[in-house]
Amino acid sequence: MEVNVKSIAHADFKDNESLDKLVAELQASGTNVVLGSLDKLINWGRSNSIWPLTFATSCCGIEFVSLGAARFDMARFGWEVARSSPRQADFMMVAGTIVNRMVPVFRRLYDQLAEPKYVIACGSCAISGGPFRNSYHVAKGIEDIVPVDVFVPGCPPRPEAMIYGIIQLSRKMKVERFFGGANRKEDRKKFFFEHPECAE
Amino acid sequence: MNLLAAISANDASTISMWVHNFLLDTCGLAPWLVVTIECLLIGVGLLLLYTILALFYILYERKICAWFQCRLGPNRVGPWGLIQSVADAIKMLTKELIHLKNIDRFLFALAPYLVIIASVLAFAVLPWGNGWQVIDFNVGIFFLVAVSSIGVLGILLAGWSSNNKFTLIGALRSGSQMVSYELSIGLSVVTMVALAGTMSVSEIVLAQDRLWFIFSGHISAIIAFVIYLIAGTAETNRGPFDLPEAESELTAGYHTEYSGIHFGFFYLAEYLNLFIVSGVASLLFFGGWMPLHIPGWESFNTIMDYIPGTIWFLGKAFVLSFVIIWFKWTFPRLRIDQMLKLEWKYLLPFSLFNLVLMALIIVFDWKL
Amino acid sequence: MADLQTIIAQKFPQAKIETLNGQLTVTVDDKDWHSLARTLRDLEDTPQDFLVTIVGMDWPDGSLGCVYEMMSSKDPEGKVLAVRVATADRKKPMLHSVYDVWAVATLLEREVYDFFGIIFIGNPDMRRLFLNIDWVGYPLRKDYDANPELNPISIESERQTDFTDTWVENADGKVEHKQVRVFDDDDFVINIGPQHPATHGVLRFRTALDGEEIKKIDVYMGYIHRGIEKLSEDLTYQQTLPFMDRMDYFSAHNYHHGLCMVYEKAAGIEISRRAQVIRVMMDELSRIASHCLFMGTYCMDLGATTMLFYTLRVREQILDIMEKTCGARMTFNYDCIGGVMQDLAPDFVSDVHALLDVLPANIKEYNKIFTGNIIARNRMEGVGVLSREDAIGYGVTGPSGRASGFACDVRKWVPYSIYNELEFDEVLATEGDAMARFKCRLSEIEQSARILAQLVDNIPEGEYCVKVPKVLKLPAGSWFSMVEGCRGILGIYLESDGTTKPYRLKLAPPCLTQAGVVDHITRGQKIADLITIGGSMDYIVPDMDR
Repeated sequence: MEVNVKSIAHADFKDNESLDKLVAELQASGTNVVLGSLDKLINWGRSNSIWPLTFATSCCGIEFVSLGAARFDMARFGWEVARSSPRQADFMMVAGTIVNRMVPVFRRLYDQLAEPKYVIACGSCAISGGPFRNSYHVAKGIEDIVPVDVFVPGCPPRPEAMIYGIIQLSRKMKVERFFGGANRKEDRKKFFFEHPECAE
Repeated sequence: MNLLAAISANDASTISMWVHNFLLDTCGLAPWLVVTIECLLIGVGLLLLYTILALFYILYERKICAWFQCRLGPNRVGPWGLIQSVADAIKMLTKELIHLKNIDRFLFALAPYLVIIASVLAFAVLPWGNGWQVIDFNVGIFFLVAVSSIGVLGILLAGWSSNNKFTLIGALRSGSQMVSYELSIGLSVVTMVALAGTMSVSEIVLAQDRLWFIFSGHISAIIAFVIYLIAGTAETNRGPFDLPEAESELTAGYHTEYSGIHFGFFYLAEYLNLFIVSGVASLLFFGGWMPLHIPGWESFNTIMDYIPGTIWFLGKAFVLSFVIIWFKWTFPRLRIDQMLKLEWKYLLPFSLFNLVLMALIIVFDWKL
Repeated sequence: MADLQTIIAQKFPQAKIETLNGQLTVTVDDKDWHSLARTLRDLEDTPQDFLVTIVGMDWPDGSLGCVYEMMSSKDPEGKVLAVRVATADRKKPMLHSVYDVWAVATLLEREVYDFFGIIFIGNPDMRRLFLNIDWVGYPLRKDYDANPELNPISIESERQTDFTDTWVENADGKVEHKQVRVFDDDDFVINIGPQHPATHGVLRFRTALDGEEIKKIDVYMGYIHRGIEKLSEDLTYQQTLPFMDRMDYFSAHNYHHGLCMVYEKAAGIEISRRAQVIRVMMDELSRIASHCLFMGTYCMDLGATTMLFYTLRVREQILDIMEKTCGARMTFNYDCIGGVMQDLAPDFVSDVHALLDVLPANIKEYNKIFTGNIIARNRMEGVGVLSREDAIGYGVTGPSGRASGFACDVRKWVPYSIYNELEFDEVLATEGDAMARFKCRLSEIEQSARILAQLVDNIPEGEYCVKVPKVLKLPAGSWFSMVEGCRGILGIYLESDGTTKPYRLKLAPPCLTQAGVVDHITRGQKIADLITIGGSMDYIVPDMDR
């Protein structure tokens, strides 16, 4: 199945495999006609209204500000409604290093996000610890703390890369199933199974 | 035929009479049933209208703010981003409603409904066009001012019941702000009521048949308008008076702990209140649905009459909302003490003085 | 300076006075230190009233101690005096606090305690600053055990305490441990941050409120403490440079410049004039970009969101210029030891001209939208007044210090690179309120534009980078140098043991002291003023946390 986004062809995206895998999982479990079309409507709404949480710890956060400014204007996609309260946000752009002291705070913010929630690891620090990987006070990637949906590499990633990352997230939302939450919940179950120390 | 005539006369009361008679006589239903059906129809229609208007307003503000900021604004979802807010609404409906520990559950759940009820009730007396009014009674404008202040209860409850210090501060700020600015709103409304000589919404509109109040009321009406606009902006908690939800101070203010559609209610109500404030301003100062009439220019007046009243009303409301949105995206936020000072030291004395001035204008019949 | 030497020698004959790498260095015993500090602070001609930083040290001989770098605000030459104090006790090292001599010492001593475990006797607030209170070990000591199992990453909230520790010396010379409450029992304490839109990053204020008024603020840092100083000790000199981009990411060029200068000074490398000019131009460009972003975010904090988009427009233009030359938008890594990485892009000159052409109109627009606005003026005027004495005492530098009348622009004070050949004014104000800080930055944009205008057509030909060995080896010794970042003085202390890696690299960021002064100037103000004041200080949290 092709997951189409306005003005970008399916083939132009990298990493279509993980989306295909999601779709295959969905089709394997079968789908109800009524729920299926309702799902489509809901997914259309969800994938087109992705509100970020204002969360930034360092350099990447400034690029995130640039993303909102006139040149890159994330408002075009409807992402400009950055909410300061995690209860009202849809995803968390982890922009910057997460250090030991920040981990509990970060984790709490993640827990406070309202379902369905997503995480984008933005920049090398969030992905792996980046240039600070050897430090005594830096978490080596947020993947061990929360389940991550999209990785955006860079130090810091350019705003274009961030746009690409959020569009990838939007495509992921499109192929997920809302009712029953098939793949969404399974993903997280798997994560918490693999990381028992982080379980809720 | 009746319908066509009604539309051409810009008078909707004929339509409602026709519906009433159709149900009563043609279908032969009992009067109580007819009233119930009509109420249901109106209720559903109003809620639909309410939602559509709110969604439109959200997009309207986002687009305008984008243009102020040299940006494009939403343009990817639907043509020119027109259905962006529909997507937002669908998303919001499907978001999780978070249940918190250690809160007053009943009040927490009640608060958003109170806020939304306050703004729906205000819709009842807004004149959408000639005869397009749910209920027209002799203290209409009084009713409007009264119900629109129910909203503050919802905000206070939201802040209190969330068991969060930020929301509490936000709610208390909102409380003090609303209570203060209600005075100025009330006084400027009273000023205009004095000029109209009636509290009935339809009669206020009809009284502006010859000339809108903003012109006929001399300087006093203009002062009242300015005060109303400032106080109205404060009443809707919008910048530069958005202290209750001051992002940079209180994260999201009184609705910090609300998620999903409960937050959606606050979000929608904010925009609806914006519409109500500008709608009332257009009703009191710019003739509501009344076309622009200039005494003496008969042919001009006739041409203006061809534009339907609903368009006049909505057009005026949208333009006034534009002004309020303009405020928000231009001015920095006031501090709480400065905001209260503005009301108690400047706006209130001015409105009192203005009321006296208006009384003089009426007594000496200086109005145009 | 000679008389400073004689005064110290007269009063403290046991103190060791020497000149190391051009810097007067005094070594005293801990027991004399407090009275020496007093004496230095109260000197008549050149009172050493500005404590730049306290460098905690774990010396090769196994002793722990501090190097105090201080200056006199009245000294036009800007000589930096270093005082070394050490203790041989590694189990429970103790030194005497000088918190009552320099106000900023309270905070800086906490930092040293956090990293080295040195207890300062008398300091009223001896808590950890960056690390949580249950942290095992003192990371900057050479024998620190970095085993992650000792300090595991946990999603459990860290332990909180309402008490702070203090060690007090009795009349008979015995040191006692005491615990003091931070807040009163009936204080309404509200927690602002670390995730809060107005803290400009992950800074946390515990704020005691009385209604809307602030009673006391307790600052918590370390939510982005990445241990740059420790990391640098395991890297070669060249490898330490990229960290400068990630501290104060707006002053990336300036910080790079500063660190390169220290290394070049230590290695005795002379760099070409072309490289000097390029470095200075890049510094000033980043200063404009940084101040533009400051104005934008500050106005956004105050509620005027639109301003952000107007100022970011100029910033994007500057980032374009830099991107063409350096290839990145933020982390440039452009200055290197010996010069700069690459030559300028071909259209650099025309781009800078284009920028200088649009700047005046933009500044006019900013003034029109914001500075002249009555609401903005009411919000900012008379809010968060920092007096000149406090600015010096708390070590507040940069535009924030200059707004209080503290002439601390090291470009003028201790000119480095080619700044002494350039014509520009040091922007000073006397009001010391938020408005003055805002206006200072606005005027500094104009001054930076002036510097750029002088240089843009006079970029000399020549090589942009001299040949430097791939792995640099510095002679043993210590160096201290300062550079004017966009937010104030970055002090860099380098201790080398003659190998290819720094023995100790201390970066004294300007933002640390600016955050430290927030408690002092917000007392009695409204909670909304905390945002005004914090914003006008313009601290960058990764800079203060390192």
